[in-house]
Amino acid sequence: MAFSITALCSNCWACQPLCPAEAISAAKPHFQIDAQKCTECEGDYADPQCASICPVEGAILDSQGKPLNPPGSLSGLPPHLTMAADNER
Amino acid sequence: MQKSGQTPTTIAKGGCGLHGLIAEKAGGQTSRSLPESVQRQIDDHPCFSEQAHHYFARMHLAVAPACNIQCNYCNRKYDCSNESRPGVVSEVLSPQQAVKKVVAVVSKIPQLSVIGIAGPGDPLANPERTFATFRALAEKMPDLKLCVSTNGLMLPQHAEELLTHNIGHVTITINCIDPDIGARIYPWIFWNHRRIRGRKAAEILIEQQQKGLEMLVEAGALVKVNSVMIPGINDEHLKEVSRVVREKGAFVHNIIPLIADKKYGTYFSLTDQQAPGIQELQALRNACGDNGAMRMMSHCQQCRSDAVGMLSEDRHAEFTAAQIDTMEIDEAAALRKHATVQTTLHRQLELKRKSEAGKFQPLMAAPRQPARQSGEPLLMAVATKGDGLISAHFGHVKSFMIYQVSQQGVQFLEERYTDQYCTGPTTCGEAESTLSQALRLLSDCETVLCSQIGYLPWRQLESAGVRPNSEHAMKPIEASLQTVYQDWLNRDNPAAESQQAAG
Repeated sequence: MAFSITALCSNCWACQPLCPAEAISAAKPHFQIDAQKCTECEGDYADPQCASICPVEGAILDSQGKPLNPPGSLSGLPPHLTMAADNER
Repeated sequence: MQKSGQTPTTIAKGGCGLHGLIAEKAGGQTSRSLPESVQRQIDDHPCFSEQAHHYFARMHLAVAPACNIQCNYCNRKYDCSNESRPGVVSEVLSPQQAVKKVVAVVSKIPQLSVIGIAGPGDPLANPERTFATFRALAEKMPDLKLCVSTNGLMLPQHAEELLTHNIGHVTITINCIDPDIGARIYPWIFWNHRRIRGRKAAEILIEQQQKGLEMLVEAGALVKVNSVMIPGINDEHLKEVSRVVREKGAFVHNIIPLIADKKYGTYFSLTDQQAPGIQELQALRNACGDNGAMRMMSHCQQCRSDAVGMLSEDRHAEFTAAQIDTMEIDEAAALRKHATVQTTLHRQLELKRKSEAGKFQPLMAAPRQPARQSGEPLLMAVATKGDGLISAHFGHVKSFMIYQVSQQGVQFLEERYTDQYCTGPTTCGEAESTLSQALRLLSDCETVLCSQIGYLPWRQLESAGVRPNSEHAMKPIEASLQTVYQDWLNRDNPAAESQQAAG
């Protein structure tokens, strides 16, 4: 039972100080979650803290590998618009 | 993020205590006339003063990457050194790296007088990093003006600490005071360990912003309010916002246009939200200025969160961490030189003010002075090779010939040299630096005539209110100046035209 961070992470530092288990650390090429330490915030907070502040859809996965913030859930944008914009970059 | 993102630089006074301002600041009064000490702070700040920005440089320190809200005009997924927009940085700095960078910049740009923290996230969503940076800077270089720009969500929690750090000048980005409008601007906020969405999120944000504003004003700090103008969403509403923040004691309102270029991938840009045109923006600024009741900023550059240099330029690319590591900097010498240059610049600015007493137009004049009056002589600059013709490229001259032109004729006034304030080979010679010098030299001119001119200087001259003109390339100077003057009378000054016709 642990979350993980994907390559979509923008290294914004928002999650790191919030983690009650101190499981998140800065790393290259992006932040990472120590699976041994991650508690998914159980017993500390109602909502997992990293996933509640992360601004990037798809950057944090649950233990099943599913995004905690799926496409469209934060921006309110239809995923095809976001993907098209990302691909143009 | 564009909150601080769509924010420009801000300031605070380094030395003198802000608390001194409290007593002087008339409670409840609009801020049209400010106490002299406050006015002085503003006058010396490159973002606020037409004159000061020719003398002093600013930099933003990108120590605050995290954000606690999402704005629909912001997308921090993309960082590109070629993008000039708020919320964008090339690299995030630790407080230690930030201080090192300030020393490096001071050694190359001794005109540096203002340090802002404006992101790329929200400074108060990164309080440890932000305050550690301010602490270290205040200790090492107490004369630097410090400023901070925030979305306001955590402002009440940190207002007191901000004041203890000698940061008297705080910018809050307030886009609305109506949660229904806010719900169309902010999809979510992070609050009390939860992600809050929709109207509720906007309600909390607005409450915190207003509370923060009140606390800062109460404590005597200078507060500037930034608002992003989003046509069809908050444009009309900003008049109400302006009135409310004015009544609460914000000393200046800076309405900045939405940046909605598709390539930035923001919610607004991808949903075809229109950005305002210059005329709409100006009309709203005028309305909010309310005949001088509120000071309005008009020359905000909407700088990146790691901008470096004079206001008209951005030299952030010269100061990456990797480049700074290779610089050999004698810190003590750099700080000494900085102190000397600052003293000199202050003296020069003071002299300029005295010589132009009464003519001074601050960047945030409210309302703007009317344009030059009919019959008034104009100053015009010429780039020439000395052959009596408009023969030189704008960027190639070491001096400009300044003429005074009126209906009585053309009179040569003086020659102004671009390297007048050159501080040595390390700071001079680069295109941008020369350009900013030229902008400073020509700021009181109506136009500059040259044989050729690049796109960047063209745009910067225009935005500085100096009209570049290469239509008279290789033509005689005097005749060209007279033609330009007649064109100005006819085209730019209908009042003069009618007067001329009548007279």
